[in-house]
Amino acid sequence: MTDILDLLYVRLADEHPVCVRFFDELGIAPPAAHETPRHLFASLDEFELSDCGMSAAALEESLLSYVRRMESLSAAAGPPVSELRIRGGVDKDGRAESLDLVMRAGEVACIVGPTGSGKSRLLEDIEYLAQGDTPTKRRVLVDGTVPDDAVRHAVESKIVAQLSQSMVFVMDLPARSFLRLHAESRMMPEGRIDETVERAISCANDLAGEPFEPDASLTVLSGGQSRALMIADLAFISTSPIVLIDEIENAGVDRKRALDLLIRNDKIVFVATHDPLTALMGDKRLVVGNGGVRRVIEPNEAERCNRDVLCTVDERLMELRRLVRAGERIDFDVSSFMSP
Amino acid sequence: MKLVTFSGPPSSGKTSVILKLASLFEGRYRLGAVKFDCLTSCDGALYEQAGIPVETGVSGVLCPDHYFASNIGACLAWGERQGLDLLVSESAGLCNRCSPHLRDVAAVCVIDILSGIEAPRKIGPMLKLADFVVITKSDLVSQAEREVFALHTVRANPRARILFVNGLTGQGSRVLAQALEEALDAQGDQVERLRFTMPGAVCSYCFGEMKIGDKYATGNIKYMTFSDGGERR
Repeated sequence: MTDILDLLYVRLADEHPVCVRFFDELGIAPPAAHETPRHLFASLDEFELSDCGMSAAALEESLLSYVRRMESLSAAAGPPVSELRIRGGVDKDGRAESLDLVMRAGEVACIVGPTGSGKSRLLEDIEYLAQGDTPTKRRVLVDGTVPDDAVRHAVESKIVAQLSQSMVFVMDLPARSFLRLHAESRMMPEGRIDETVERAISCANDLAGEPFEPDASLTVLSGGQSRALMIADLAFISTSPIVLIDEIENAGVDRKRALDLLIRNDKIVFVATHDPLTALMGDKRLVVGNGGVRRVIEPNEAERCNRDVLCTVDERLMELRRLVRAGERIDFDVSSFMSP
Repeated sequence: MKLVTFSGPPSSGKTSVILKLASLFEGRYRLGAVKFDCLTSCDGALYEQAGIPVETGVSGVLCPDHYFASNIGACLAWGERQGLDLLVSESAGLCNRCSPHLRDVAAVCVIDILSGIEAPRKIGPMLKLADFVVITKSDLVSQAEREVFALHTVRANPRARILFVNGLTGQGSRVLAQALEEALDAQGDQVERLRFTMPGAVCSYCFGEMKIGDKYATGNIKYMTFSDGGERR
């Protein structure tokens, strides 16, 4: 790899196209076609080096790391995960947690329990792919094996993605350009980007109550529109096979369709929630207390029926919400309107 | 005694991250801190509250990085007198041209994800030459922005280990503690050289000149060039 420092730029740019951006990033002109990077770095004077913020030796090392890291990123097409297993650790009193949970691609686990019971801690353990090295001593296995450190500590291409109610968009970019930027950063092949971005936007518009223009700035989107766009991004652009959600409700997003979308894209989803409808939508429900999972509930027939009832109630509420916003009176018989 | 340098723009969360680390290091290292600031700082009180021995240095009229370089030796001596195993130097508000990072001494740069998507590129040697770049406040932004920001950080410093740490809840600080400990184990006690030169700026303004104009600007001076080719005067 060191020989890239001695390659003529015309060949370097051809064999390692990622390097073009390196010079751009530094704010210096790339080597001339028949010049090598080593030669260019050596020819920089004190002022130019000072503008780069590095010595010539550091620049050489930096270019090598840059090419290595960018190329490994391109190669890392998000590995599909078909199974996640969580082995119990201990609760806040050090008592053993009897948990051996297996979640498969396309399944949803809801995490319930009062504030302070350990829901966030469980999400953190999954995010960290804990290996007995957190206070709960839980272990998380990916496809039956202990994930290696590169997978656990990746930041640009993590296998676990997160979504929480406190998240907002802070980048002042049109939605479409932003999704494109994200797709590029996930090294999506150029030919697929435009189509995927359009799909994500139209899907976000489906999930949000109110549609937004593809070129609307991220920062002007409403809470519901932002959340919908984040979910569509998770489904279509992020390659992370595991998704952690902290509270999906109260944001003007169709929860059922949001979860369905993630399931269809074979994600393994964990949702911490206090909302009965969301809780009943899970394939499994983890009841957390005193820092440990105390019970795993799988929905029975009665719960499935009740989930459908709650879904209908939820749809009616959404309809009332729409009427209120449209300036209508709600003076009709609401109790019969609400009854399924 | 080992040394680690923490740098980063003001209010990026350096002190919070260091305090989280300190609680994880409890029982393993006797940790102390030196806080370098340009102007009066009250962060010393936060360390004291956490029971961490701390000294504060305020550079005042001097360039804060030169001030750092001329005082870090004395800080090490202080740390030895206090019987510390690990001294953390924290410096904020330095100009983006500078960095307090030292050769063969673990170097951490803390940046705030709310500071803008181009921030990693704009922050100079203190980010580009760090061994660890810690990104804070990432719980407030979308996953997508987090990934794009991380990639921009990798582009600005492809050699660094990048970590997300939540300074409030401590999420992620365990990974940082572990990574830092490995680096510290491999590190000696010597402190000899800066990683990068300080700005070469001995000009009339360094000596207190206040008037603007070529007549008054003497010494080490660099002029801007303008795209329309106009003369600077």
